[in-house]
Amino acid sequence: MTRWLLWTLAGVILGGIVHLATILMLPRTASQDAYERLTPITPVNAMTPIPGPTPAKALLPFMDPAFAMAVCRYDLGHGPMKLTAPVSQAYTSVTFYTKLGVAYYGINDRAAGRRTIELYLMTTAQHDRMPEDEDVTAADRLIIESPGATGLIVLRALSTEPGLMPMAQAAVADARCLTQSQ
Amino acid sequence: MRLLLGSLYTFIIAAGVGLGSTWFALTHGAGFGTLRVGPWIAQPKAGTADIDPYSRAVIARSGALPVSLGDGVAFRARVDDQGQLLDGRCEVTVSGTTPPARYFTLTLYDPDGRLVANSLNRHGFTSEELYRNQDGSFAIAIAPRVRAGNWLPTGGVDRYVLVLRFYDTSVGAATRAEREAPMPSVKRAGGCR
Repeated sequence: MTRWLLWTLAGVILGGIVHLATILMLPRTASQDAYERLTPITPVNAMTPIPGPTPAKALLPFMDPAFAMAVCRYDLGHGPMKLTAPVSQAYTSVTFYTKLGVAYYGINDRAAGRRTIELYLMTTAQHDRMPEDEDVTAADRLIIESPGATGLIVLRALSTEPGLMPMAQAAVADARCLTQSQ
Repeated sequence: MRLLLGSLYTFIIAAGVGLGSTWFALTHGAGFGTLRVGPWIAQPKAGTADIDPYSRAVIARSGALPVSLGDGVAFRARVDDQGQLLDGRCEVTVSGTTPPARYFTLTLYDPDGRLVANSLNRHGFTSEELYRNQDGSFAIAIAPRVRAGNWLPTGGVDRYVLVLRFYDTSVGAATRAEREAPMPSVKRAGGCR
């Protein structure tokens, strides 16, 4: 009897390990995550407008239909990247995601200020390689460090009513993400 | 023989407990730092680099991109104030006030996160579109058939999810109580079709 109780206990403990392992492994094995879904329609290092969700077709689940959206699928392997985005009439935000969909940085038009949002994205190594003097002139430049070489920049512009959607779409279509030569 | 039988038994228990609890956690939205106000549930930390492993797994599996905390906070409701599952054949009223935010949007999805087809092509409201009372409060009728005022059609689906997103808001990872985040009520109104 005690023997079986011990076997059961061992099974439960092993089950706990299985649980933790599967939870931790899952993001790396998911084949239908946002990055994979966006890969076929987004070229690397270019801002691509994403069609809004409709009942028949939506690229990602739980997209906010009130927003126009553009995605830059980035690869910092060839150097840092500069993002410029005009601020739309109502509300504009930029969110940076890792390849696994973790939103590691997000900023809105009020925090970014001015009429256009200007951000520099680089890896920690590229940031460290920046010359000192350039760092001083860069004091008023917003530099964001990417945890990995690849990921997603998602630009969203709010259309407060359906009639304003073309304006929001035009605003995100004017955004650029360009690789800077080092 | 006994050892073989015992370890086989252990492995079966381990697989059952381990995979069962993983499946349960992923489908029932377990996660740390969950903010609950009435039927509304938000995980502000899921929009940061400090996201917990459970939310990470849920996001990777669904393919959704979470709202980052620098952008806003998303609340979800799949039940009403009484805890009954939201049913598209019934009428529900979402009314009251919202936490301070520059803008908010309310959107109706099916449980998989797709928009629901309806004759009006309306899938939600932005804070600017709502007809409001003089004190700034509002009421949205979520119903399968036409209603006066703010009508959000359900398309008659049997289950749906409401997502209320606040953009440029003071609600965040430090928000704990209802006093800081006054959310609208979700009440069953009238019968079902």
